[in-house]
Amino acid sequence: MTIQFNDESFRGDYTFRNSDWAIQRFPFPFHEDSYMYSVNMEQHRGGPKGSVYEQRFDVDEHYVSEMKDRALVLDQDPLRCQSLPHMTLAGWDLLELIMVSKSEDYPDLFELNRDGNRWRWVNKPLRIDHTFTFLDETTLPYGPMEYITRQAQGDFAILDQRDDMLWMDAGMVTTQADWSLDFDIGMNFFEWHAPVPKAHEMGIFVRALKFLLNIQQGAPARRLNWTMTVNPLLDTSPENYHKWGIQKTELTPENIGRKQHLRVELQTFFRLPRSNALVFPIRCYLCAFEDLMTVPKWGRRLHRVIRDLPDELATYKGFIDNRPLMLDYLSKFDDGLPTSLGIWPDRETEPPLQK
Amino acid sequence: MSGAEKIQVKVTEVTPLNALVTRFRFEAVDGSLLPTFSGGAHTVVEMQDGGITRLNPYSLMSDPYDQSAYTISVRRDDAGRGGSLFMHNQVKTGDEMVISYPVNLFSLDLRARKHLFIAGGIGITPFLAQIHQLEHFNGHWELHYSCRSEALGSYADELSHSHPNKTHIYYDDQDQRIGLQHLLEGQPLGTHVYVCGPKGMIDWVKSTAEAESWPADNIHYEEFLAPQPGKPFQVKLAISNKTIEVGEHESLLEAMEREGVDAPYLCRGGACGQCETRVIDYQGNFIHRDHWLDDNEHASGEKIMPCVSRFEGKTLVLDH
Ligand code: FES
Repeated sequence: MTIQFNDESFRGDYTFRNSDWAIQRFPFPFHEDSYMYSVNMEQHRGGPKGSVYEQRFDVDEHYVSEMKDRALVLDQDPLRCQSLPHMTLAGWDLLELIMVSKSEDYPDLFELNRDGNRWRWVNKPLRIDHTFTFLDETTLPYGPMEYITRQAQGDFAILDQRDDMLWMDAGMVTTQADWSLDFDIGMNFFEWHAPVPKAHEMGIFVRALKFLLNIQQGAPARRLNWTMTVNPLLDTSPENYHKWGIQKTELTPENIGRKQHLRVELQTFFRLPRSNALVFPIRCYLCAFEDLMTVPKWGRRLHRVIRDLPDELATYKGFIDNRPLMLDYLSKFDDGLPTSLGIWPDRETEPPLQK
Repeated sequence: MSGAEKIQVKVTEVTPLNALVTRFRFEAVDGSLLPTFSGGAHTVVEMQDGGITRLNPYSLMSDPYDQSAYTISVRRDDAGRGGSLFMHNQVKTGDEMVISYPVNLFSLDLRARKHLFIAGGIGITPFLAQIHQLEHFNGHWELHYSCRSEALGSYADELSHSHPNKTHIYYDDQDQRIGLQHLLEGQPLGTHVYVCGPKGMIDWVKSTAEAESWPADNIHYEEFLAPQPGKPFQVKLAISNKTIEVGEHESLLEAMEREGVDAPYLCRGGACGQCETRVIDYQGNFIHRDHWLDDNEHASGEKIMPCVSRFEGKTLVLDH
């Protein structure tokens, strides 16, 4: 299908909207009526047609505006994109992976012509037509990682693998859910995960590290993570907490449906062939509560999940103060009927709201 | 499914190099490009040898950026369990085989200011790919390669010819030895040392570098471990509820696979940790041969690496 790109903002007047198409394909993260923290990894090899899982790098109606927002963030804070000197090869790996994937998966939007190391890259939505020499940085306006991630939705962490450990040695991070590349750069896996509650007790991170170290070429993996954001704000960085933290106090029973967004991260993991590094794209999807409530199954389920979530997780995810307000709103969409398993909307088979 | 992704390939060249080593060239059956890889990676080659499926890892030695073909070199091991003999005696140009995607457990540390390579015998192969990789970027490297004799020095001539200033060859039969201590002392700050060869050589380089106060992060090694034959033994698999016999010439991992157990693996050489298995009960002695578990774990009797380690005794019950 041809995608109609929205012209919208993720700040100021917040004109961000999801079309009905985008709502239908929103990666709702709860496969049952309760939520427990887990690593929940699966292979990243396509998925239902039209879903965010279908392609290696999903492109949707927010693409062009998200890239504009990224450019704005980088203007104000260039340290959101960093790459330690030894990570340049991994940057080329990522550039190659994204260009090859997008040109194969979206031939109407992206084209890649390769003649040896002379590459021509055409990005129609962003009106880019660039010929450069692969592996020669001087032929690009930015380093390879920055160049390609200015053209790809989602944050990107590139992890070097040394001595059975992963190191956060490069990244492009402008749409993050409250973590800071500038703080984490150069850290190892345990250091950058340090604030997660209870996880060490569960041994989850040891297993997650082992899993990630063993991700091999040709066998990428994925998982979903989620949190809550007031207003469709992409850049919820610690650096800017003083600007966005306050917005959490602006929720009212009248505006919550419009302002409160479920924020879902599609996290994928690919082994990079030339550098043996691991890339960790973190793609953010936002959906307003009122849009989620148009899917009866999600209305029922979201209420139950938020209601039953342990306090420490609600605190960790930053919405414990607003939870009563959320539950007042969400309970109106829960009629107590059972829900079907799995994350899909099941609009045809799930009954409409009975109240 | 265990192991890395598979690729269907055709053998397009079989080139005997000397009395012991033969090189094989693989191209994709469907003519497509093979994945690029990083120097130091290996592939696991599947061999259909009579009724037995053998899966042996070999370092990729070709230029990692050449996607038209992969090459490996196989040293014939007459005393081994037959994988190398199968490659030497059975595999012919035109044969179709299955190999795995590249897996790298011996990658370059790209932070290094200089890469110092120390190779013994067939241990030269991962360095060939790493040298190709570094040459694409004018990387700073130096090779010290020790082999038995000129006649058995695989690739020694080619290397000396293309990189005369960076290659140093030592022939055992001419009593030439790597002056290791001197060599390590003379390295600039930020040098990483990599060693691949027989176990004795790896231990020698590791202990010498440690004695010279090299940081552990700057010492890298890959040892080619092949499972060794041993006395047959019996094991009970608790989850699949089977009791199986491990034969003299097969590994515990191979025996489980033969019985249809999908046990995880990657390197099949005791290095990657993927096959780590919990021991539920035992009476007897483990013959641990892996590099993955540490001494305490070996002594604990709680874990075994079935790709290379064996057991002697009455009972062994595993969590599989
Ligand atoms: S398969 Fe790698 S250690 Fe056993």
